[in-house]
Parts: sequence; C-alpha cells; structure tokens
Amino acid sequence: MATFAMPESILLRWAQTPGMTELEPYREAGGYEAARRVAAGELTPEAVIEALVASGLRGKGGAGFPTGQKWKFIPRNAPVTYVVVNGDEGEPCTFKDRTLLEGCPHLLVEGVLIAALTVGARKAYIYLRREFYRARRTLEAALAQARAAGLVGRGVFGSARDVEIVVHSGAGAYIAGEETALLESLEGRRALPRLRPPFPAQAGLYQRPTLLNNVETLCHVPVILTLGPQRYKDCGPPALFSVSGHVVRPGVYEAPLGVKLRSLIFDYAGGLRPGRRFKAAFPGGSSSMLLTEEYLDVPMDYDSLRVLGSMLGSAAVIVIDDSADMVEVIARTVEFYREESCGKCTPCREGTIWATQVLERILHGRGRPEDLTLLEGIAKGMTGTCFCPLGESVPPSLVASLRHFRDEYERHIAGAARDH
Amino acid sequence: MSGPAARPLGAEARAEIARLAGLYEHRQSALLPALFVAQREHGYLTPEALAGVAEALDLPLSEVVSVASFYSLLYLQPVGRHVIQVCTNLACMLNGCGAVVRRFRERLGVAPGGTTADGRFTLRTVECLAACEEAPAVLVDEDRWARVGPDDVDRVLERYP
Repeated sequence: MATFAMPESILLRWAQTPGMTELEPYREAGGYEAARRVAAGELTPEAVIEALVASGLRGKGGAGFPTGQKWKFIPRNAPVTYVVVNGDEGEPCTFKDRTLLEGCPHLLVEGVLIAALTVGARKAYIYLRREFYRARRTLEAALAQARAAGLVGRGVFGSARDVEIVVHSGAGAYIAGEETALLESLEGRRALPRLRPPFPAQAGLYQRPTLLNNVETLCHVPVILTLGPQRYKDCGPPALFSVSGHVVRPGVYEAPLGVKLRSLIFDYAGGLRPGRRFKAAFPGGSSSMLLTEEYLDVPMDYDSLRVLGSMLGSAAVIVIDDSADMVEVIARTVEFYREESCGKCTPCREGTIWATQVLERILHGRGRPEDLTLLEGIAKGMTGTCFCPLGESVPPSLVASLRHFRDEYERHIAGAARDH
Repeated sequence: MSGPAARPLGAEARAEIARLAGLYEHRQSALLPALFVAQREHGYLTPEALAGVAEALDLPLSEVVSVASFYSLLYLQPVGRHVIQVCTNLACMLNGCGAVVRRFRERLGVAPGGTTADGRFTLRTVECLAACEEAPAVLVDEDRWARVGPDDVDRVLERYP
C-alpha cells in the first residue's frame, strides 16, 4: 500500500512553522506585504474584493457565506464602519481558530488590516472566547509588535489611514458565536441573537455597518492576495479540518475542499485505533447531521454535505468508533445545546430540556417504548421553528441516530423493561 | 478567597474600568471586561462588586446583574482560589473524561459545581474548550492541561497550592 503524502500546506504552514508568533520571521516570509499593498493603494478595495470573489472563499465559522459578497455588502460612504472578528470558537470539537491564533497571530492581524482598509473601518474588534488565554496572550503580543512597527494604529504602513485593533474576551457562552448574538455580547448585553434583517453589513455593532468574519476566514485573505485567486484555488482550495474523537492522530489538517471523509479519517488522522470499527462521524461539528459508514466517501464540501441533509459547518470531524454507545453520544450532544440555549425562543429552550430528559431516562434504564416516538415528535417540533441555528442543530442528528442506531435505543429500553 | 466581601471597588479597579470604557463607542461594551476586573478583585461578583461596576459604568444595577447571570465564567457565588474546568464535550467524552471527573471528585471530595471546604479548589465540568487534539482537556485557572488521565490528577492538583 502506498504511503499517504499530505499535500503541501499554504495556510496551516504559517501556524506550524516555529517562531511565526514573532513579527520579524513573519515579515521575512512575506507577511504583511499584502496589507502594505492595500494600505499604499497598490491594491484597491475593488481589486481586493474581486480577488476574494474569484477565490471562492466562503465563511469558515459555519454558515459558509461567500466572503467576497459579504465584503461587497458594506456601504462605502458610512461615517463609521466596523470590522468585528468572530473568535468565539465554541462549536464542539472545532479548534482550528485557536491553532491559527496560537501559531501565527500575525496572519489574523494582517487579515484584519486588509479588511479594515478595504471597507473603510478605522476600528476592529477581535472577540475571543475567554478560555483562549494562551491565544489572547500570543495575539496581544503580536499586536504590540505590529503597533510598534507602525502596522497597526495611526497611519498604518506610513499611509494616512488609521486602523485600531482591540481584543475583547467573552465570558462563557456558546451562543455568542452566532454573529448577531456576538454583537449583543460585544455591546455588553446578554448574548441573545437579533432578528435579521437588518444584517450586520447594514446595522451591526452600535447599528453601524459591520463586517463580521471568522478568524480562519480572515487568515485566508492574505494568502489569497499573495498567491492570487487562481493559484489559491489550484491548491484545493485549502480548508482546515479539525479531526478529533476516536482517531490515532487527532489534530487540525489542511486538505483540499472536497477531500473524502474517509481520507481525512484514515489518511490524515491515522485511522482508527487497533481493532476498532468505524461507527459514525459528525462532519462539521456537533451541529451537523452525523453520518454513518455508507457515507465515508462523501466529498467534504458545502454542497455535497448539504445534499445529504448535513453540512460542512465548521469542518470539525468528530469520529466515533464501535466502542461508543450512540445513545450516550446523542444525549451528551443534546445536553450541550440545552446548556447553551439562550432561552429566547420556546422550541429551543423547551425542546432541548424535553429531549435531554427523555434521553437521560433511556440512558439510565428508565426508558419506555413510546419514548422513541416522543423524541421524534420533539425533533419535529424544533425543525424550522427555532429563532437561530442553535436549536435547529438538534433535530438532524437526533433523528439520524433514531434511524441508524434504533437498535441501541431499543436495547436500553428493553433492559429497562427487564429490570422492572 | 478575597477578604471581607462588603467593600466597594478599589481605586485601581475603577481606573481600569474607566480605561476599558474608552475603548468603545458605547461604555456598556466595557461591561463584560469590567465584571472580570471586579471578579478578580473580589474573588467573585459580590453584591458590592456588582454595584461598583454599575456605578463605574453608569448603568442600571438590574442590567449589570442580568448580564452577569447570563455568562458561565462570571461567578455570582464564591469560588475556590483555583477553578478546575474539566471538558466533558464529545471529543473528551470519547477519550475518557468520565474517569478524570471521577478522580477529581474523589480527591477533592466535591461534586462538579462544588468548592472544597478549605476554599482551595472549585471543580466544574464544562463544554468544549476547543482543545480536542489534547483530549481529555482540563483548564486550571488560565493553564491548559493536555491528555489528562485519572493518574495525572494528583500531579495537576499539586501545582496549585
């Protein structure tokens, strides 16, 4: 069998090269050159946006919205415009943003600079989840270096343009990763999602036009401008996959968009542990519908996964082998959404409580045969009825587990009937 | 633990909150950072600390308390000198965090959410820490511990007097 050779990395290598947390090595490797060209007017805002559109880059936070389009939506003549970075990486088993921040914070700083210069923002806020203590330290140190070198702050790169960048830590809430909830949180309120429209591009932070992008998304931007959109696309285009769970080498891997799920698990992440069989995987975080063995050859891209009723989401592959109890996996997943539901809308708040109660009683030997129908009913009641994607994340995997692993539920319930 | 709870915010904390408020177009944006300043000073968000933040940012106390109660890392009850956060989300669960939580419980004699009688540790189980390549992951104060097994628990605890 041929040994698998990972393709050359064009994004992750920045975070995996030792010393890239420092300014000098980053600049020597060509870093901040794209931002300098934008500041100097060598690359116009129109040219930047054109390159992003041509690159096909889509948001890496989970929604997958085309990035160039998002930048284009920002009105050009507003008195105040903001850039806000979503670094509230909380989707279960997603850790690519943290990896980029800890390994090469300058890549993000450069992406933020390009974004601010392009949409005409003088201020950018980077919202990090509070648990990112190490990432915050490396990012603050990088910002201090960039500020001292005149790349951030007043007159960036010797131009007449000012770009201030402020790091803001959250306080522990998964829902703050939803973009409008993040804006509420950044304004000092409970992180409850806002009704859209208006979208943040029109009325975001303090009701000002706001460009909101995920950490990884902005890290792609300098790479695209440096290589040019065509070469970037020829390299995959690259995507970062967080692979975790029952694999030999969990980690963040850069692979071409459209890589087979099987390859990510068995080539990149070293496969399953000895003697184990594949059971299921979430392809894009726990909010994406879990997939069974028959789908191992699905290309990991937006459309292929959407057609199956799942999604690429945050590209976090959670691998589950045959040692796991699927009822336990689903119970833990649904309980997560119960813990993190903001309580704003009824289907999510009540649905996650009900589903958790039923799953817990099945798991603890008190299940009833009619519980499976009850779970299906709860899932149906939560589908298309929740205010934001948090609640909507529960039904797909719950329903898929009831279909593909019904025997496991039934064993728990039969055990309960025997014991009583 | 910090000293007597019934005291207002110190001058240094108030100056820091004023500086934070200057970073934003609206001062309420400084609320979360300000609450952490107060929490650091008082150990947790005492009624006086909450009132001090409300005063420093000129916000209604009800708004300050409402926001503080929403977020899991703002503490409205006393916590230990060190807070242990054991991740129990999927990657850590699949890699045996259950045994790690059990060992912490045994050693500390408290259930998740509890604080040891000597005020040294608070034990919490938390959702994904985004450190899944290091599962099971544990955060003690601001330090991340990787691939923690039950037999590592004593070594971790020793580091936090």
